Amino acid sequence: MATVEHAVVEEHAATSTGLPSTKLAMWLFLASDCLLFGALITTYVLYRGASVTGPFPADVFDIPYTSVSSFVLLASSLTMVLALAAIQRGDLGRCRIWLLATALLGMTFLGGQVYEFTTFVHEGLTLKTNMFGTSFYLLTGFHGTHVGVGVLMLLTLFSLSFGGRITQRNAMTVELVGLYWHFVDIVWIVIFTVVYLIPTGTPPGAS
Amino acid sequence: MAETHVDERPAEEEPVPPAHAGRHPGPKEYVRIAIVLGVITALEVAVYYVEGAQDYLIPLLFFFSFVKFTLVVMWFMHLKFDSRTYARFFVMGLAGAITLFLIVLLIFQVFSN
Repeated sequence: MATVEHAVVEEHAATSTGLPSTKLAMWLFLASDCLLFGALITTYVLYRGASVTGPFPADVFDIPYTSVSSFVLLASSLTMVLALAAIQRGDLGRCRIWLLATALLGMTFLGGQVYEFTTFVHEGLTLKTNMFGTSFYLLTGFHGTHVGVGVLMLLTLFSLSFGGRITQRNAMTVELVGLYWHFVDIVWIVIFTVVYLIPTGTPPGAS
Repeated sequence: MAETHVDERPAEEEPVPPAHAGRHPGPKEYVRIAIVLGVITALEVAVYYVEGAQDYLIPLLFFFSFVKFTLVVMWFMHLKFDSRTYARFFVMGLAGAITLFLIVLLIFQVFSN
């Protein structure tokens, strides 16, 4: 199957680097966000096994349920990149469809996270219960906030497209939102492995 | 009489990409990458439940996670196709995060527990 490639046309003011400043700024922001999530993941790994009272990770995690959430977020990355490919071809109609699909998948993921948090609270795990609860809600809550901001950006793009503000010439706007969205996805790839799949032993003397 | 200027360019002429612009993959390539990502995620979950794989669980999970991370960054975020400057920025942040992770966990002796 032949790969269909297309040259990307980016319109931007002349810069000393020859690169669009907005895209460079987005990559710089993502690099700084790496440090934020690096700190949060480190905190989680440090404290998840330090709880002396339950519930512990093995008591509350539902791996099949979280796996479905992971598939939803992965699918949203595909729809996002298809939206970008569509606007780069000048196909505004398809771009709108894929943008809306991405936002809906993002909202589905968020709905899943709200359900998961509610279930955990009913099982006795709150932000204040133990070290695992504190570090877990902090990390996944920050990630969920990022997804929420991404959904708002996608819905803004979707509404702007009806006012003629999204065109092939300024496809960069869609690309910037896409970079942010894919970043949220790669952070979840790490969280899914480190938080959910890597098992944590119950500490000695824990009740 | 006013002089008439005739634009001889064809109406649908392809714009010339600037020097920094990369060549991004097409939708078919994106779908193929997404399928690979889906399969790897399924493998991750499968390995989690396989009794015989428990000794190698953590290295396997990290390997799968690394492959998925790389595929998204290189293809969906276009680092494979765009200017290396973007990659340098991102790797800088990523290296900082990994360094922070390793230093803190080594200080608190998490790996020896």
